[in-house]
Amino acid sequence: MATITTAAPRAGLPGVLGHRALRKLLVLALVAAVLVPFAAARWASGSWPEGLTVDVSGPLGGASDWIIDNRDSHPLFLYFFGHVSNVVVIAVRAVYLALLAVGWAGVTAVAALVAWRAAGLRLALGTGAAFLACGLLGMWVPTLQTLALMVVAVAASVAVGALLGFAAGLSDRTHRALRPVLDTMQVLPAFAYLLPVVLVFGIGVPAAVLATVVYAAPPMARLTALGLRGADKEVLEAVESLGATARQRLLTARVPLARKELLLGLNQTIMMALSMAVIASVIGAGGLGDRVYQALASVDVGAALTAGIPIVLLAVVLDRVTGAAGARLGQAPAPNSRALWAYAVAAAVAVTVAGRLAGRPEWPDGWVVGIAEPVNRAVDWMTAHLYSGVPVVGGTADWAGRFTTWVLDPLRDGLQWLPWWAVLLLVAAPAWLIGTWRTALTAVLAMAATGVLGVWKPSLDTLSQVLAAVAVTLVLGFATGIAAARSDRFERLLRPVLDVCQTMPQFVYLIPVVALFGVGRAPAVAAAIVYALPAVVRITAQGLRQVDPAALESARSLGATGGQQLRQIQLPLARPALLLAVNQGVVLVLAVVIIGGLVGGGALGYDVVFGLAQGDLATGLTAGAAIVCLGLMLDRVTQPTGRRTEEGA
Amino acid sequence: MRRRTTPAAGVTALLLLTGCGAADMTEQASPFAHARGAKTVTLSVQSWVGAQANVAVARYLLEHELGHRVDTVQIDEVPAWDALSQGRVDAILEDWGHPEQEQRYVEDRKTIVNGGDLGVTGHIGWFVPTYFAKRHPDVTDWKNLDKYAEEFRTPESGGKGQLMDGSPSYVTNDEALVRNLKLDYKVVFAGSEAAQITQIKQFAQEEKPFLTYWYTPQWLFEKVPMTEVKLPPYEEGCDADPEKVACAYPHTPLQKYLNADFAENGGEAADFLRKFRWTTEDQNEVSLMIAEQKLSPEEAARKWVAGHESTWRKWLP
Repeated sequence: MATITTAAPRAGLPGVLGHRALRKLLVLALVAAVLVPFAAARWASGSWPEGLTVDVSGPLGGASDWIIDNRDSHPLFLYFFGHVSNVVVIAVRAVYLALLAVGWAGVTAVAALVAWRAAGLRLALGTGAAFLACGLLGMWVPTLQTLALMVVAVAASVAVGALLGFAAGLSDRTHRALRPVLDTMQVLPAFAYLLPVVLVFGIGVPAAVLATVVYAAPPMARLTALGLRGADKEVLEAVESLGATARQRLLTARVPLARKELLLGLNQTIMMALSMAVIASVIGAGGLGDRVYQALASVDVGAALTAGIPIVLLAVVLDRVTGAAGARLGQAPAPNSRALWAYAVAAAVAVTVAGRLAGRPEWPDGWVVGIAEPVNRAVDWMTAHLYSGVPVVGGTADWAGRFTTWVLDPLRDGLQWLPWWAVLLLVAAPAWLIGTWRTALTAVLAMAATGVLGVWKPSLDTLSQVLAAVAVTLVLGFATGIAAARSDRFERLLRPVLDVCQTMPQFVYLIPVVALFGVGRAPAVAAAIVYALPAVVRITAQGLRQVDPAALESARSLGATGGQQLRQIQLPLARPALLLAVNQGVVLVLAVVIIGGLVGGGALGYDVVFGLAQGDLATGLTAGAAIVCLGLMLDRVTQPTGRRTEEGA
Repeated sequence: MRRRTTPAAGVTALLLLTGCGAADMTEQASPFAHARGAKTVTLSVQSWVGAQANVAVARYLLEHELGHRVDTVQIDEVPAWDALSQGRVDAILEDWGHPEQEQRYVEDRKTIVNGGDLGVTGHIGWFVPTYFAKRHPDVTDWKNLDKYAEEFRTPESGGKGQLMDGSPSYVTNDEALVRNLKLDYKVVFAGSEAAQITQIKQFAQEEKPFLTYWYTPQWLFEKVPMTEVKLPPYEEGCDADPEKVACAYPHTPLQKYLNADFAENGGEAADFLRKFRWTTEDQNEVSLMIAEQKLSPEEAARKWVAGHESTWRKWLP
């Protein structure tokens, strides 16, 4: 039916002009026709013109030297950054010592009991089991370190996010001003801004916590604002008519009404913070992430997995518990809820005391199950047998080689061969078609900024990797998503797999992808696909499932086959969800393609790694800024208007 | 009005929270250090296994013989210098030569002091697998490299031969060398040592030819024997201008560096780290156990310590 309605206007000339998309393209062509000859004559076409670049390496190098020379004496550091840093260290230390003092039995009991009260018995058992598993894997102390870091980082993110959210929720002006800032914070790949944080705070916990806050605060801010703005008008009017002051209205009506959004914000913030825990290990954050990173150095996938599993477990537990707690909000509390809480506290105290009396509060050394060795054997077997010489289909190395030669190379060379203004036009067209002229302008300016920064070529190299990875991700993701939407059984089976792919630190699978695909851009693309796929699958499946059942029913009654239903009803109706999936896929792929700098991905990712490794602010920060610009551009180009309310991880 | 007061209030709160004095950025240890009142030493580990071996043995002895707790932080070389200067870590046990950093921190700012030789001599070079060098003995001279460019080609090197480099944090002149020696090669950065080792192992498994930036001492030579390609000989100062380098890498006696404050007040631990000095063979023995037999660094250190008491007795204060 949808095809009929869109086909009709194509009939006559007025119809063509009336078609908004075509009109936009015509305007764009007109603008191009006027500007391109001028630009081409002024700055010889081809790669980005020299005349339009600004060399920032001098001032950046100077800034870096200034920071190092003044870090111990300048008031800015002594009275501001120094205190920030101290507060973080003291807070993390306090939490860490408290966790150590409670002992392993106590920590497990407290976690399980909180989960019991917040989310029910099943999740309580799951939580307890997850903590015990962390201990069994021999990761008890790193787990506590990560927990301490997370508690502080999440608390800070929630505080910052809630403050921003309140400001945006209560004032339209702030809301408008804040939106682009939050947008930017969210598309920033974390890897790109580690360097400046490190330069100011030095390596270690304070830098890691602050980098995490930048990354994890935006969802909290967004959802707080959303909750406050979405409060029921009638309730507010009723409260106002009772003569409540503005503050009373906020505290007694608007905040309680926004509880669900606030809790969802907390949930998102925790997930983002955890995903940052590993990346932050590059700058010496310690804990589980550090174990993963150190295992990488000795090419030990088993050890990396041993440290990666507790991260996955923490993420899944925290996600489910906060999710379930959110779903319980609004239900009438159980009649004896107070008493049950009291029991829970008493039980936790009892276990803690018992644990301390029984002996050492540390996890006993003997209770450790080594999984590293079998995992390594499995990985070795896999890579030895799949790398090359597989009959008929060829080994993974051959695939990677072909993918590089037939897909990545032509894409990169094509993009780099295009005149710069043609690239800008290519960016403008889809951005304008999907969004407004504003989004198109942002996208074009962001793309142009990479040229101005003098990293046009590496940016296009990175872009080509992103495009290739996104294409594969979407093909696989849509197919899997459609299958998951059609079969409940399949979706249930898929869920834990997706959970693991999404929360497993990317560092863990960097080595297996190298072992399978060799060094180069192919493993970076492969890792990006693994990481971005779950989000695409989930959003697709959810979108398809939400398609109006009545529409499907009527199609079925007209005798449409399954394939026809899918093509003509479900997919068109789920279009917003599919567009969102594309958008999320693009942003997630970019984040990992950059980390691919660690496995030979080259381009901007390599520059960031180089900057971090050599303390070279000029190279690292320029590349970081270019990545941010690319992220903004890709986000805008794929951003359907009105996405704003939706949140993705 | 209200909006303007918020940041001010925040800053005030922060100041109240922390006391109003100056906060010294140089005195901030890890929040995980000194838990339970133990004497803690923080060591920096670099990403190559040799560095892990040094740290593993130092850590084992510090913990079991001197009763210290040891924290390790994995960071790249240059940031490690910065961290050492700030007191975030107490020692770097293996430094491959960073003249700029030495000038800045040891000479000018005096926040770092030299901790003496590690006893191991490091050397960087270009290597081909020995199985390939045996078949084509002339490949070991740089002048003949162009002849084999075809064989070293990969999808990443775009028509030229591939010279595989490792982590961007490592000391390298390779891009300048390829340019200045006018070789038909492209430097492809593996991005991390882990990726480079994985790739080398995959090549070796099929006896494929490859050319790589590599260094001794390194445990991988035991698994994949490699032969060095002769570059124009190193002379003092020939690598002074990074743009014009056209000579081999030097042989570097690896150095230890300590935080100045720790060196003075670190007591037994600082003494021990200064005396720590072993041989290439010792280091390789431990490295191989960690990287190839997949022993945990602690177990590897325990094994080595059990068999070499005469060596490490001398390091104890």
